[in-house]
Amino acid sequence: MEELVYEQMKEKIYTETLDNGLKVFLLSKPEMAKTYGIFATNYGSIDQTFIPIGSNETVTVPEGIAHFLEHKLFEKEDRDVFQDFTKQGASANAFTSFTKTAYLFSATNQIEKNVTTLLDFVQDPYFSDQSVEKEKGIIAQEIRMYDDQADWRSFFGTIQSLYHKHPVRVDIAGTVESIQEITKEDLYTCYETFYHPSNMTLFIAGNIEPTEMMELVRKNQGQKSFSPSPEIGRSYPEEPAEVAKKFNSIEMPVTTSKCMVGIKEKVSGLSGKEILRAELLSSMILGHYFSKSGEFYEELYNSDLIDDSFHFETDLDKEFGFTILGGDSRNPEKLAERVKEMLHQLREEKVSEEDFERMKRKKIGQFLRAMNSMEFIANQFTQYHLLGVDLFDVLPEIESLTVKDAEEYLENWIQEDHIAVFQIKPSKQG
Amino acid sequence: MKVNKEQMVEKQGYRLHILPSKKYKTINIVAKFKSDLKKEWMTKRALLPMVLQKATKNHPSARSLQSALENLYGTVLSSDSTKKGENHVISFRMEVANEAYLRTETSLLKQALELFHEVIFEPKVEQGAFDEKIFSREKQTLEQKITSIKDEKMSYANMRLIDEMCKDEPYSLHVHGYLDDLKALDSKELYEYYQHFITNDLLDVYVIGDFEADAIEEMIDGCFTREAGDNTAVDQESPHKHVEEPKEIIEEDDLNQGKLHLGFRTHTTFGDEDYYALQIFNGLFGGFPSSKLFMNVREKHSLAYYAASRFESHKGLLLVFSGIDPNNYDQAKTIILEQMDAMKKGDFTEEEVEQTKELVVNQLLETMDNSQGLIEILYHQVLSKHQIEAEELIDRIRKVTHKEVADVASKLELDTIYFLTSRKEGGEQ
Repeated sequence: MEELVYEQMKEKIYTETLDNGLKVFLLSKPEMAKTYGIFATNYGSIDQTFIPIGSNETVTVPEGIAHFLEHKLFEKEDRDVFQDFTKQGASANAFTSFTKTAYLFSATNQIEKNVTTLLDFVQDPYFSDQSVEKEKGIIAQEIRMYDDQADWRSFFGTIQSLYHKHPVRVDIAGTVESIQEITKEDLYTCYETFYHPSNMTLFIAGNIEPTEMMELVRKNQGQKSFSPSPEIGRSYPEEPAEVAKKFNSIEMPVTTSKCMVGIKEKVSGLSGKEILRAELLSSMILGHYFSKSGEFYEELYNSDLIDDSFHFETDLDKEFGFTILGGDSRNPEKLAERVKEMLHQLREEKVSEEDFERMKRKKIGQFLRAMNSMEFIANQFTQYHLLGVDLFDVLPEIESLTVKDAEEYLENWIQEDHIAVFQIKPSKQG
Repeated sequence: MKVNKEQMVEKQGYRLHILPSKKYKTINIVAKFKSDLKKEWMTKRALLPMVLQKATKNHPSARSLQSALENLYGTVLSSDSTKKGENHVISFRMEVANEAYLRTETSLLKQALELFHEVIFEPKVEQGAFDEKIFSREKQTLEQKITSIKDEKMSYANMRLIDEMCKDEPYSLHVHGYLDDLKALDSKELYEYYQHFITNDLLDVYVIGDFEADAIEEMIDGCFTREAGDNTAVDQESPHKHVEEPKEIIEEDDLNQGKLHLGFRTHTTFGDEDYYALQIFNGLFGGFPSSKLFMNVREKHSLAYYAASRFESHKGLLLVFSGIDPNNYDQAKTIILEQMDAMKKGDFTEEEVEQTKELVVNQLLETMDNSQGLIEILYHQVLSKHQIEAEELIDRIRKVTHKEVADVASKLELDTIYFLTSRKEGGEQ
């Protein structure tokens, strides 16, 4: 067991890679009542085309299968795993993202039992034709719920405008139609391929004693046998650098239009550290110009092109990357035009030392706030680990950034054919 | 047990609650202003926090105020209006980095506290009115908020349920206010109301983080003063309203998924003897993924992705909500009501009660790990005027019996069923 000490953050992480390949991270926070455990596989909605373990041929599985599998792991032949956690005073949950499927619990007692349950249920799948059919109704309602949410639709609409082929453009839950095709056999294929311990991480944070906890995990994993760790052959379609659709709009029953401007980010060939720096710089720069303290925000707000719903986010990964800005607008055409102009203007912007210091301070404060949450630490640490980056190095990384870094980033960031606009307009009432 | 204890001190015009805790890398300051719920105040109290957080005497624009906050290591300021039972609460929140994690030595907290005080007590005012430009821009934003409530179907359905259920009670007043009142409002009138608010609301200030209590108190004494009048809030007793005949209301909208919401009267509020049993009841009935509603509406019949319940601690309501296919209305309604009947009959096991107690305690402890969560829990005491230590709260939950849960269930009365469904093709039925 290795000890990672982070002096400035006053935190310590214990880590070990077990014989079967599972990476374990433990963060002891005895001042907390709660313990949070997350068991995650490096497998998400974009992993649709791959070579199944024990096979030579590439297959493409139905859209939404990673999320479907997440739902189904909770159901066993004789019981529902939620009940097991309930009996042990814990609350459990799970989520599927573009690149990750994660199972988690939080509890304030019976931690050892809950950790064991977490490991065991994820590593013991049970899928039947009947239970797969039953789940289709539930997930269809989940998809319908999102279909009514204009914010979700505008998020995915923008990504679909940015990407031609890459599966990041597919809704994580799939569609009501695509999930109908899912079979028990598909689920087992995906499970066997992506749920090998060597493709997974376990992070436990909270009121724990690290040595004992590590021993418990080691023992639990030692009792199970796994095939030798496979090399996973994933493939993603060739994706052009420019956007798929520069402009798109749909109608929905909303009172106010929505307008999003998306930027397709260049990520191919970037190292983990470069991705982290790009993510930091992009959020600092967007924050500087487009948050409430920003020159651009002020202009957009005062000219009534945006309201409090205006927001921006950047998501960068090894396989894809995007930035989205926007929100409700009474004049979505004008907003799209102005935001695009502003983004282009960034290339010429000079950043003063004083402004850059403020951008850094803001980012540092934001990071410390996030570090209050054990969920954030556990989720983000494992996410960054996949990229080869250490979450606790973020603070020194921010401190090391210079005005020159920011200006270089600005110079190379925005290109016209990497920008897409997506709007939602109020439908005509019948 | 790892429960933070609060130290409460009476100050000039407010009560200060100090909560030293090693759990956080930031310090949170929250000021809560409480008044009655009155129709004529709703719109003003919705607009007030929006205007106040846009500018101050020394920071005359939103941009200048936000820049000042960013210089204080991205200190975050927010403010909102909520209903808690028949009370209206305006909260101002500030979260500032703890200097212990910064390389620089500054008087960060002191500067943040001064700015916090300035936002609340020293707004930008000209000739007895709020800044005209800021006022009219925020007025527009609020107007937009009110008109777009309908876009968020779940909260819209919840609002409509409360409209119908609590028709003649203050609790049905809309927290975002009303378009007619908003149109008629000018910045002078809002400023006049502000003066009433700032003197007469009951104010509680909470500070939580890793610090020395004495040092914090001294620092707050140095920059936080209030010339308060008498608190004029009348304690509105929520009358225990009995239901004569349950109402059923069906409305149509452009949507894919129908929203089925049910409202029950619990006749139990925070501080009542059976309040703890009500918490267990809710946990068994619809508070967790192991609850009756989730297991039956979702897992057994695949009718919904979500089916849950929650209770309002100060008004005495239990609300059930579920998103279903419009065609499954009758079936879903029947299942929900059957589950309620089963609860009333005591049709649940001792074991389930024990498990739910642990889940509720777990949830409570987890919420107390979160600074904002802890403050909300502690503020229940202010709202209900009922003092109870966190340890005792947990102890009381652990002592709840099967019979007490069934008893509290039998007090519940169905008041209103509200269903927001899709428009029928072709118009008329």
